[in-house]
Amino acid sequence: MTEMTMVAALNAAFRQEMARDERVVVLGEDVGVNGGVFRVTDGLLRMFPGRVFDTPLAETCIVGAAVGMAAAGLRPVAEIQFDGFLTAAFDQLVSHAARLRNRSRGRFTCPLVVRAPFTGGIHAPEHHSESMEASYAHIPGLVVVMPSTPSEAKGLLAAAIRSPDPVLFLEPKKVYRAIKEDVREEEYAIPLGKARVVQEGTDVTVIAWGAMLVPALQAAGRSSYSCEVIDLRTVSPLDVPCILQSVEKTGRAVVVQEGPHSFGVGAEIAAQLAEKGILHLEAPVERVTAPDVPTPLAKLEGLYLPSAERVGKAIERAMAFR
Amino acid sequence: MPRAVLGTFAVEWLQVLDERGKADPGLLPPLGEREVKDLYELMAISRVFDEQCLTLQREGRLGTYAAVRGQEAAQVGSAYALQQQDWLFPSFRENAALIARHQPLEMLMAYWAGDERGQQVPASLNNFPVAIPVGTQAPHAVGAAWAFQIRKEKAAALVYFGDGATSKGDVLEAMNFAGVFKLPVVFFCQNNQWAISLPAGKQTAAQTLAQKAIAFGFPGIRVDGNDVFAVYLATHDALERARSGEGPTFIEAFTYRVEHHTTSDDSSRYRAKAEVDLWRAKDPLLRLEAWMEGKGFLDKAYRETVWAEARKRVQEAVEKMEQLPPPKPGDIFDYVFAQLPPHLQEQKASLLRELGGQGGQA
Repeated sequence: MTEMTMVAALNAAFRQEMARDERVVVLGEDVGVNGGVFRVTDGLLRMFPGRVFDTPLAETCIVGAAVGMAAAGLRPVAEIQFDGFLTAAFDQLVSHAARLRNRSRGRFTCPLVVRAPFTGGIHAPEHHSESMEASYAHIPGLVVVMPSTPSEAKGLLAAAIRSPDPVLFLEPKKVYRAIKEDVREEEYAIPLGKARVVQEGTDVTVIAWGAMLVPALQAAGRSSYSCEVIDLRTVSPLDVPCILQSVEKTGRAVVVQEGPHSFGVGAEIAAQLAEKGILHLEAPVERVTAPDVPTPLAKLEGLYLPSAERVGKAIERAMAFR
Repeated sequence: MPRAVLGTFAVEWLQVLDERGKADPGLLPPLGEREVKDLYELMAISRVFDEQCLTLQREGRLGTYAAVRGQEAAQVGSAYALQQQDWLFPSFRENAALIARHQPLEMLMAYWAGDERGQQVPASLNNFPVAIPVGTQAPHAVGAAWAFQIRKEKAAALVYFGDGATSKGDVLEAMNFAGVFKLPVVFFCQNNQWAISLPAGKQTAAQTLAQKAIAFGFPGIRVDGNDVFAVYLATHDALERARSGEGPTFIEAFTYRVEHHTTSDDSSRYRAKAEVDLWRAKDPLLRLEAWMEGKGFLDKAYRETVWAEARKRVQEAVEKMEQLPPPKPGDIFDYVFAQLPPHLQEQKASLLRELGGQGGQA
């Protein structure tokens, strides 16, 4: 075990996966000589010359070229420098990456990873703090992963790179250097599409992903109730059985989502619970989310991001419902 | 010296066969009689295929269809220059190129009849599925070319698009990447002068589309797109350059979309019949036939055999396409991911239950 930040853990995953499979290549803005603006790809160019590419500043072509590379037999990992710039590549993700296998009935496939630093909390400029995972989770054929801790990030990135399907890997930039934890040195992959129970409990289920696991765990820790905390890991496909199993036990659910309130991942979780777990529910599903407004700039960002206090209040409301 | 000229450029025009079918002997590509006949036969079958598809569409046996007529020389001449290991990235009006590249005719028809199996091309053919969103295939060609370069393979990517696509960021970004990384890709732009109702003159203020390559640091050439020899020569040379590590080329094949944009379009709303008639007369097949007659390559018997064979093969393809068993309902789920995830297993089972006996086998 080595104590690592998420940035270091992601970098370690890259080194292991690139050594393990020579088809893995890295492309994106400033990912080579500079090692990425957050240093996630630091040192890769030196270790793997000819497999790490500093591209021109063009998100559409970064993702579009990765589609062609993947179809031609490589395992490209493309970096989009910030969440807000990923929308420029939306067409390539939706129209091509996500449906190439289907539209060619399996003749061509698209095993690529598109990584992007995601979500807010670091007082960044405009368009650098977006949480639009629901927009991507809505696309059939795309796997959407949001790791929550360093050791999770390492295993999930390895799985994403090995996946035969296109994976959007959204890294919570607030967690990049905020948390350090022991990470296994050897290579390991965490299965995609499976959530994990971070903390067992019996009174209420708190569901979070990415950066929101931090306030979820804080609130659970401070609560007088026994909270079961679930980390989704993969936002889409959603691990519904894991959520159902927990709520069948607790009867109450609080979803913590950094993105806007309506039409989000939380809405899907609430709908799944209504469809499949209604008889186990003792209270309405609580959603702790951002309001339906564009992400505010730094001075008002605190009002936007769900806090441990708000999660705590939602737990109280869920428990108080009779 | 406060002011100076930092660069000047010229755009080359290439024509081998003129409109009457007279060739410039110094420019003729090194093609033997058999190869010229290949080109002719491929153009003929493309013409018959195109006409048959328009008929099938009118009869309700095919969906919306984008006709190729008038662009056979541009498509056949370019695709004929490909080698087995090269990859072809088509837009939605590339049936002649795909026919020249051995795509089974019934598969081409099946796709336009609304069946994804039409894009399940045989593993031996590196023909990418057609791109419907305009120009979005250019970055894919760049990515594939990049893969060849990384693996040090002597292969090239040939990407087709039209004049309209040169306004898309995808194409311009792809050209920029190709220039920066010196990738083995050939950008083959068929300037058929109409993007649905927008004439090429309103698509850009540039005099030619070929000159766009110069800004990205690689050669661009305009060729007579109705001259199969000029197209073949330019594409052959560009692919050779690509495979030998000399980087990308942009070819503007100047041609004309004789038919409507698709079967859903009425081009009389935006262009004059006289213009269409003028270009109908510049038929690339007539030009090649005139040259072949002069060379003694095209007697009556051969010509009749070619067209009869083309009609026979196209008819057989129609029968094959229409005899294809209907696609299975489960197919809409089975290729979304490599393995069917639980939520899709559930949705598939639910659909098949709803269909009951009518669902056929999953």
